[in-house]
Order: sequence, then structure tokens, then C-alpha cells
Amino acid sequence: MSDFFTFSDPNVRLVTAGTILLGISAAIVGTFTFLRKRALVGDAIAHAILPGVCLSFMITGEKHPAYLLVGAVLAGWLSLLVMDYLSSRTKLSTDTAIGAVLSVFFGAGILLLTSIQHSGSANQAGLDQFLFGKAAAMTQRDIWVFSGVAVVLLGLVLAFFRSFKLISFDPAFAKSIGLPVRRLEFLLSTITVLAVATGIQAVGVVLMAALLITPAAAARFWTDRIQVMILLAAAFGLLSGLFGSWISYTAPSMPTGPWIVVLLSMIAVVSVVVAPKRGIWARLRLQRSNARKIRQENILKAFYGIGEAADAPVATVAVDMLRQQRPFEDIALQLGLRELVKKGLLHKHKPGSYALTPTGLQESRRVVRLHRLWELYLTERMNYAADHVHNTAEAIEHVITPEVEAALLRELDHPILDPHDAVIPYQNPSKPSAS
Amino acid sequence: MKTAIETHNLTVAYNRRPVLWDIDFQIPEGQLIGVLGPNGSGKTTLLKSLMGLVQPSSGYVRLFGQSLDEVRSRISYVPQRESVDWDFPISVREVAVMGRYRKHKLLGRLNKEDHRLADEALEKVGMLSFADRQIAQLSGGQQQRVFVARALAQQADLYLMDEPFAGVDAASEEAILSLLKEMKQAGKTVLIVHHDLHTAHQFFDWMVLLNTRLIKCGPTSSVFTADYLKQAYGGQLTILSQVSDLVKARDFPIRERSFKDQPK
Ligand SMILES: Nc1ncnc2c1ncn2[C@@H]1O[C@H](COP(=O)(O)OP(=O)(O)O)[C@@H](O)[C@H]1O
Ligand SMILES: [Mg+2]
Repeated sequence: MSDFFTFSDPNVRLVTAGTILLGISAAIVGTFTFLRKRALVGDAIAHAILPGVCLSFMITGEKHPAYLLVGAVLAGWLSLLVMDYLSSRTKLSTDTAIGAVLSVFFGAGILLLTSIQHSGSANQAGLDQFLFGKAAAMTQRDIWVFSGVAVVLLGLVLAFFRSFKLISFDPAFAKSIGLPVRRLEFLLSTITVLAVATGIQAVGVVLMAALLITPAAAARFWTDRIQVMILLAAAFGLLSGLFGSWISYTAPSMPTGPWIVVLLSMIAVVSVVVAPKRGIWARLRLQRSNARKIRQENILKAFYGIGEAADAPVATVAVDMLRQQRPFEDIALQLGLRELVKKGLLHKHKPGSYALTPTGLQESRRVVRLHRLWELYLTERMNYAADHVHNTAEAIEHVITPEVEAALLRELDHPILDPHDAVIPYQNPSKPSAS
Repeated sequence: MKTAIETHNLTVAYNRRPVLWDIDFQIPEGQLIGVLGPNGSGKTTLLKSLMGLVQPSSGYVRLFGQSLDEVRSRISYVPQRESVDWDFPISVREVAVMGRYRKHKLLGRLNKEDHRLADEALEKVGMLSFADRQIAQLSGGQQQRVFVARALAQQADLYLMDEPFAGVDAASEEAILSLLKEMKQAGKTVLIVHHDLHTAHQFFDWMVLLNTRLIKCGPTSSVFTADYLKQAYGGQLTILSQVSDLVKARDFPIRERSFKDQPK
């Protein structure tokens, strides 16, 4: 391991640097592909490049990277044109057009590849590496050319960043202010084709879409800023390139490309699970905290209801009385009672018997108030029948924020009674607050 | 009064099916103009062809007596809110400042003045305090206000807005409406695609009533008559269809049944 990370071997250094650069440029360009919802198109371009690469080899008889790039770009453009034509000029749907182009071009590529291999050309060795990539087999010349292209792409994205952002977000507006949207889209497509053509050196045609899209998709989970998203995507591209190279260095039988993609997928899975706000974990926690809030508020409401029925605040309430007031689930009730005691809203007198603390009383009044305000709002402003509003209010009462409560109070002018003629409890019982 | 917008025999077709048919009208400067017509009557298409976003099959458009390219910097376009992905990872301020992008500054940076104008526009629509939020965190009405702010930042003379009041809350409607009045006072011309007939005659000085062909164009009092409305909306103007629009626009649940079922 230390061997690799000291980068003492110049060849390792070069291959690793090249792989990382390709990963970074694919990730950054791919961010726009992802944001423009063109992931599938990226995949199709990657596959469509194969026949271009093969043809350029057949014509020139050489594996010079510049020739291969020219072939790749021409084939990539052609595939874009055909996709565009099929989806705009025929009745084929967009995904059908993409699928058709992908399979036809890729099929042609495989055919050409097979015929090259059977022709026994001395120079053909390594051409099949376009399928799954083999970074370690890149020659110095390859690396310089491809890295150079990657750097140029990065420069272009940086220079046109603002325009690319606009045409990705709102192309109609971009056109309305006179931006050359067609030409900018063409430029972005060309950059994408070039990023794909260089990226397949590292991971090959088949896995290229992953190198293009996965970093952006993972980055999107962590941020709401396109600038941060691009940096994160680049970082993911870098990390996977670095560790992919390391793995295939320490275990030479391990291919770099597939490992890069595996690492990227792992980053994506981690992002999906643990990212704040958007991640599954965060959403589960939010759901659990919602469930907790609902069960606590329902218990408080039951306390209030018992007091209301008795026409006076009741000193202590037995758990059985709560069950009569509302059909609680046993576990939820026990859990909720314990939580409320811990929060200082309930006071435990003896086992199975509880009382509201002063804050608990206020809180119970608040929940009942929200319920009744919402019922009133539905009947008064939405013309719902009074006997139809209870169930909706049961759900909405837990959601209403203090701002919404204030708006409701203003809108309904601090009402006294709800649609069922029950008194709406205000914070300060003696005088309804006037604003 | 000078003419702000004129179309001459404007015909637009999608896949050879005409959705605008031989539209001919002139609208003077300094008016609040409503474009009205039922769903699918070609209102959006009219705006897009004024903005050169769709190519007419015949006819042409003049803005301030000139072709679009000659006066583009004086025109501002607010697309339908649903036309973009509001989950896009940018902030409110970034959207507003897009109103300062210029075609001859494709690569150049935005300057201080651009950012100041964008913030000023956000202030005018009451969205400055939301400037750093991501646009997905806004309500529909707030999103619409951001779109209007972007248009204001353009400092144009003619504004073309597609359904700025669709699905908008009361506060946003108020904010946009008072802004429109302010713009009119400043001598701007504002053309608005609108779907709500109840409010239309209070909002607009001038109207374009559309249903594939032009039904009528003129001052509100001469256009907003039962006769012309019937021509535009035909049999669609039943209470039932209005109610169903309301249900759709406000996303009401329809499971509650407070009416008796109507006989067909
Ligand atoms: N890009 C398009 N391709 C094909 N048909 C379209 C396209 N855009 C709109 N249409 C059709 O043109 C008609 C007018 O649409 P539009 O201008 O959006 O109407 P409005 O804005 O009044 O609801 C509709 O029937 C619609 O289906
Ligand atoms: Mg429309």
C-alpha cells in the first residue's frame, strides 16, 4: 500500500494521475448531463462511440489516441443527431429512440471489433480494452493526449458555467434573452462526447455511463447548490479513480475500470442512505419523530377531553380512563406516557395514574385548539359539512405551525366555538388574546 | 399611442395542426393586457411566437414596430411556472440574477450592479429574505414571484407573462398585482396569460380573447361581453367545469361529497 501512495514509480504516478483526471472531467461534465435528465443519452453516446473508434483504427491502421478521439467524436455526434431526428421527426418516443441508437451503434461496434480481431492486424492488440477499459495499459502518449483533453474540457465548463447552468435550468428563458441556445447545447454535447471518449480509456464503453452520472447523482443528495454539487462530484470521481488505481496496483489481476465503478456505486449507496435531509436515514428519523409527536399529542388531547367532560381539571387520570377516551394502542400509550413524563408534561402519581403538569395543560390546550380551529376553518371557509371535518383535523392538528395558527386566528377572528359548539381553549383561559 | 405589439396573419402549427390561425391584432403601449381563452386555445403558443420560441408557419410579429432581434433587450419573458424543474439545485438569488445575463456577455462575469438589480427585484416581490433558499423550498406562489423578480431584473419595457397567477396563494397574488400596477404607472406594457374569468375584468385594461382564432382584441369593456366570451369558451362555460378546474388548481381531495350527485 505504502508503495503505491508514495508514487515513487513514475509509471504508476502517470497512470494514476491520468485515471483521476479522466474521472474528474467525466464527473463534472456528467453533472450537467444529470441535471438535464440525459443520463440515458450519456449511456447511448458511450456505446455509440465504439464503431467510431474501430473505424478510425481500420482506416488509419494505427492506435494513435488523436485518431481514435476523432472517430469517437464523429460517432458520438452522429448518434446524437440520429436520436434527435428519431424523437422529433418520427412517432417514436424519446426512450425508444435512445434505446434503438444504443443497440444499433453498439452492435455495429462489436461487429467491427470482431472483424478487426480476425484480420490479425499486428497493431490491434488492446482495442478490445475499449469494452471494459484498462487504464494501466495506457501508453504515455495516450495519457498525455487524454489528460490534455480532460483539462480543456474542464476549462470550457468553467468558462461557460453560467450559460450551461441557465440552459440546463430554463432553456426557453435563455432563448428569450437571445443566448445562442442551440450553439451552447451543441458545445455541451460535444464536451460530453469528448468526456465520454476519454473516460472509456479508464472504464470502457459498457461502464462509462456510471462514471458520467453516478458522481453527480450521489453529490445531489448532499447539497442544494450546483457549485457544491460539481465539486463533490469531482471529489467522488477523484477518490474512485485513486482507489481504483490502487486496487489494481496491489492486485494486478483486478481491473481498474470495474473497481472505479464499484467504488462510485458504494459512494452513491452511502449517499442515498446517510445524506442529511434527502437520505433514507434522515427521512426515517423524521418519520419517527413525527410518529412520536402524534402519539404524545393524542395522549395530551385525551387528558384534556377527560377534564372537559368532568367540567373541571381532573387531578389524576388512570390509564384506563385514557383508554376509554380514545382507543390507544397499548405500546404507543405506554411509550407516549413515558416520553411525556420525561418531557415534564405529565406527572406520575402512582403506577397507572398520571396528572398534567402546568406546561402539560398548556400543551394539551394548544393541540385541542389547533384541532378545533382547523375544523372551523374547513366548515367556514371551505364549505365542508360539520360532520365531515373531524378526521381531517385529526391529522392536520399535528402539522400546524405557530405561524399557521396565527394566520388561522386572524382569518377566523379569534372564534369562541368550534363547529360542534365546543369551546376553543386559548392559552390564557380568561381573556381570548386580541391582536 | 404607439403600438407595442402587433401580429400580422400569424399562423402557428405543431405537426401541421394549426393551434393559432391567422391572428391579427395591435396593442398600444402602456397597458395591462390579458390574454384569455380556454385550455389549449393557444395562449402559451402566442407568447412563444411573440418571443420567437416557436416558428410561425406564416405571418409575422412586430414589437415596438421592429423585429424581435432589434428590441430584444426591451422585452422580458416569464415562462409558465411548470416549464422548469424546481428541484434544480440553485438558489433564489441565482434565478433572479439570470435576468441580468446578456448575450454579448456569454463569458464575462456579472458585476456589482447586476447583483444589486437582482436583489432590488427580489425586494420588490417580497422575496429578498428568501434569497439564499433553494428554489424547491418555496411555495408555488413564491416560485412565481421569483420568476417575476427575474423579469424585473431585466428592466424591460414590455413584459410577457404566462399564467403568473396560476396556483398562487393570496399573498403572492397581492404582491404580483400591486407590482403590475406600479409597472403600468412607470409606463411599461405588460401582457399576461390569465385563466380566471372572475378576476380578469378587474385586472386588465385591454384584452385578447383567443380560441385558436382571434375572437376579439380591444379595451376590456368592449371585449369582456357575454357574447364574445361565449364565442371563446363555447359550451365550456358551465359551472361544473369551473368547479372541476378549481379542484384541480387547488389540489382539493375529491373524496368528500358535500353535493348530491348531479344527473348527467
Ligand atoms: N410542443 C408541442 N407539440 C405539439 N402540440 C403542442 C405543443 N405545445 C402545445 N401543443 C398543443 O397546442 C395547443 C395549444 O397549446 P397552448 O398554446 O399551450 O394552449 P394554452 O396555453 O392556451 O392552454 C394544445 O392543443 C396543445 O396540446
Ligand atoms: Mg398555457
